[in-house]
Amino acid sequence: MQSLAKTKAEQQSMEMAKAVIAKEPTPEQIAEERIYATMGVSDSEYEIICSLLSGRKPNYTEIGVFSVMWSEHCAYKNSKPLLRRFPTTGERVLVGPGEGAGIVDIGDGQAVCFKIESHNHPSAIEPFQGAATGVGGILRDIFSMGARPVALLNSLRFGQLSDERVRYLFEHVVEGIAGYGNCMGIPTVGGEVMFDASYEGNPLVNAMCVGLIDHKDIQSGVAKGIGNPVYYVGPPTGRDGIHGATFASEELTEESEAKRPAVQVGDPFMEKLVMESCLELIKSGIVIGIQDMGAAGLTCSSAEMASKAGNGLELNLDEIPQRERGMTPYEMMLSESQERMLFVIEEKNEPIAMEIFNRWGVICRQVGRVTDDGRLRLVFDGEVVADMPVKGLVDDCPVYDKPAAEPAYYQANAAVDTTSYPAVSDLNDALLRVLGSPTVASKEWVYSQYDHMVGTNTSVSPGSDAAVVLVRGTRKALAMTTDCNGRYVYLDPNVGGKIAVAEAARNIVCSGAEPLAITDNLNFGSPEKPDNFWQMQQSVDGMAEACRHLSTPVIGGNVSLYNENAKGAIYPTPVVGMVGLVHDVDHITTQGFKQEGDIVLLLGATKAELGGSEFQLVVHGVTEGRPPAIDLDVESRLQRTVLESIQQGYVQSAHDLSEGGLAAAYAECCISGRIGATGNVSMEGLRSDIALFSESQSRVLLSIRPAHVETVKAVCAKYEVPVQQLGVVGGERIQLKVNGVSAIDVTREEAERAWKDAIPCLMR
Amino acid sequence: MFKAKVYVTTKANVLDPQGAAVQQALHTMGYSAVDDVRIGKYMELTFDTTDRAQAEAELEQMCKKLLANPVVEDYRYELED
Amino acid sequence: MKVAVLVFPGSNCDWDCVHAAEQTIEGAVVDRVWHTTDTLEGYDLIMIPGGFSYGDYLRSGAIARFAPVMQAVAKAAAEGVYVLGICNGFQILTEAGLLPGALRRNTGLKFRCHSSQLHVANADTAFTSGYAAGEVIDIPIAHGEGNYYCEDAVLEQLKARNQIVFTYTDNPNGSVADIAGVINEQGNVLGMMPHPERAVNSLLRNEDGIRLFTSIMKAWRERHAIVG
Repeated sequence: MQSLAKTKAEQQSMEMAKAVIAKEPTPEQIAEERIYATMGVSDSEYEIICSLLSGRKPNYTEIGVFSVMWSEHCAYKNSKPLLRRFPTTGERVLVGPGEGAGIVDIGDGQAVCFKIESHNHPSAIEPFQGAATGVGGILRDIFSMGARPVALLNSLRFGQLSDERVRYLFEHVVEGIAGYGNCMGIPTVGGEVMFDASYEGNPLVNAMCVGLIDHKDIQSGVAKGIGNPVYYVGPPTGRDGIHGATFASEELTEESEAKRPAVQVGDPFMEKLVMESCLELIKSGIVIGIQDMGAAGLTCSSAEMASKAGNGLELNLDEIPQRERGMTPYEMMLSESQERMLFVIEEKNEPIAMEIFNRWGVICRQVGRVTDDGRLRLVFDGEVVADMPVKGLVDDCPVYDKPAAEPAYYQANAAVDTTSYPAVSDLNDALLRVLGSPTVASKEWVYSQYDHMVGTNTSVSPGSDAAVVLVRGTRKALAMTTDCNGRYVYLDPNVGGKIAVAEAARNIVCSGAEPLAITDNLNFGSPEKPDNFWQMQQSVDGMAEACRHLSTPVIGGNVSLYNENAKGAIYPTPVVGMVGLVHDVDHITTQGFKQEGDIVLLLGATKAELGGSEFQLVVHGVTEGRPPAIDLDVESRLQRTVLESIQQGYVQSAHDLSEGGLAAAYAECCISGRIGATGNVSMEGLRSDIALFSESQSRVLLSIRPAHVETVKAVCAKYEVPVQQLGVVGGERIQLKVNGVSAIDVTREEAERAWKDAIPCLMR
Repeated sequence: MFKAKVYVTTKANVLDPQGAAVQQALHTMGYSAVDDVRIGKYMELTFDTTDRAQAEAELEQMCKKLLANPVVEDYRYELED
Repeated sequence: MKVAVLVFPGSNCDWDCVHAAEQTIEGAVVDRVWHTTDTLEGYDLIMIPGGFSYGDYLRSGAIARFAPVMQAVAKAAAEGVYVLGICNGFQILTEAGLLPGALRRNTGLKFRCHSSQLHVANADTAFTSGYAAGEVIDIPIAHGEGNYYCEDAVLEQLKARNQIVFTYTDNPNGSVADIAGVINEQGNVLGMMPHPERAVNSLLRNEDGIRLFTSIMKAWRERHAIVG
């Protein structure tokens, strides 16, 4: 395999590289001029690195490798203590955190593999490519586990659409996601988009991928078997995205705009070929270990694969396919060129692998070997140019438990009485404004750009509580959703964290599925600021408690810190991606009302809770007070009630009450179902506007055939869930009284217009 | 060695939605003198040959067969040493 | 009935076409056929699926038309074998000159994926005999370059010869004369942007595409005098 003679071009390229290497800072200069600091390595970390090298000062390549391995993005050095608080095991969990993605059993020898990952910083700089490569990266995480991706979701946050730059970011992020996912032929089936000034200048782009896998095909990123060859797969390496992982671990500033060339460019066509060929390779049964080259590219993948096997790895950098001339070891190791993978097989199986990659037209080259000395050794032009302990790179990064402090705003908010706002009398107008708020409004403008049907398994398309994707050849289906209300988390991180998990589970249940597990994407500001770190601690605790209560362990995820702009940190946004199992396709349920004469039931109790609500922001222009309270025991009983009623076949439609409260949910059921409804809600002691727009938790709207109403009420009674008969489906108007007094009365059409036209109008 | 510069443009009688969008944007920005915008493709090819006539003949074929779609596109090229 | 579903690098609706054909055409034997194959002998229906062949990087379908299998498609088409190009498959067929016209960027410049209502403009073809003339059916679209263009003279010819098979009731992409699908003069090669293979399953709440496949089966049986 090793090429014996170099071509003239290769020799020239080598000479160019050597000329650059000769100008690299020396180990002494790196130490004296503190060049490591510009790479994000602190003084004390530099000292540790020196001691890991037995007192030798790292050269330029070595310090570059350490700096990316020890970035927050790869080492979780600021978040590790918090991540340990999550429950990560369960009966169904086959693979938990630590691998490319987690895997959960769904019976019959099948499993679901999923993960969410952020690409916030690259998307803030170059939204199209930033979002596109975010999708590409999460897809590789899934197929490198051996799973075939079956669906994509996205959780997006932007500033307000009145801002031109926000519109630019929004438009191009959506196009980038569409461009990549559509070309790959993986349906983008759901997710969420929310808008709030706090995300201005720092949008959140979290991409989630869900894959299907047979238990026997589950892979691991391990470099096992001393002497086994290591292979590089994918397009040649260029100078893309050097220091991307470090970039993701810094605050966005004016200067980061100047780092624009750091953003990588995605090639979904290449990814499609890499995916198909790698899945075929895995099916052939010869793979010992496989991992994608994500953040920190070759460095992270090689070090982690060696670490998981407790081995070492030697890479011959002369063999790395190169797109550009004169690339140095430093550049090759830190490049974040996309669509690349690394795998280990036994040498005798090389012809099998080569046949597959040749057929797909994908480059595959032997670039190194597994060694027994626990070192990551890099050879360039016959010389060892870097020699570092694998364990030091992967495990020895110091972990920081940052100081946390309760922010002043938190106590100040406790004193706010959200029931003291002047009563709103025109409730129709309030409803139309809430429906037309971009956060609540129809996201058709977004998802009509995504091919959400390819694969012909998308049973519930974007726009309902959760998307549902069929598992071909079975009666099963997968429900999936992403959720997080950053306003709640900001107002009370612990409660907001609980709600993020609970609402995701409620969405899953409303679509007829049993919640299985979650993946989380913790988007926060700088952990160096005690306020921010307190938000992280509190929300992780809240999420962890909800996960335990609802039996949805965390099987993997991602942390994105330093999400700040000139005005401060974003709202703390720990996004929950959840997958549930529909046991039988007959259970699949959507939110739209179905049939004239069906009875509408409201499950759960409504309290005066406007803190952090859409109504509070849209009508009163503020976000303040305490978010809605949540009792996880109540939540769990509500979810059991809903799921049992659906599984027994009593439920025509189910919709969870979230942003915009009862009024918005009721209108959405009518709009989605293309039919009106009439009703009266009894809420003693609550003002009409509060009753309609409170965002009290643990509530669901069901529509039921008249014959089943008493049965469903009995299920509610069994689980001690409050229920009231709200009204009846039918007609062309959306009518709702509160305590017998007319409150909402609009035509379905005008509600639909307000809801559907909002985003297209703003984007025109 | 020759270098070819190939320009592929939308035929004059065929609507160019990208061009129309850019023109609209330029007008919004105040560049009202912009009368028409047409968006095309620009390609650079290098030929490892000394036979100019052959390179040109091949280039003509490439444009016809692949680089442009004669139903909706025109092309022209320059061949440089 | 033997069905070939062509697979180019970047095809991504190939499996959907396989599943749809297997599900709707009784007794169908469906093969995925790789783009390097140079013969399609023995196949009764050739499907060219949607996707992004070769990334669609120059123009949609422009590179795929040079794949070896496309010569075999041309030969089969000339022999009267049924050819159905869907989405990218339609683009490939126009690039290959097997159907007139070209498909350009949507006028709205955005990729669009949603259900779309089609008029069956010609129910008298091997692909549409199961529909009633003028019937409106729901077949979803998913494309960024589905804007059908042809010169006026060609359009007149298409109309005169009844080659326009489907038109949009609400034109989503700027196509001339609302064209969603056209057939060749011989009546055995159909290209369409909407995806009938996505409309064959009650669990996806759309079965309007089934009759397109059963129409082909019926035509094939009639041709071979097989009594169903």
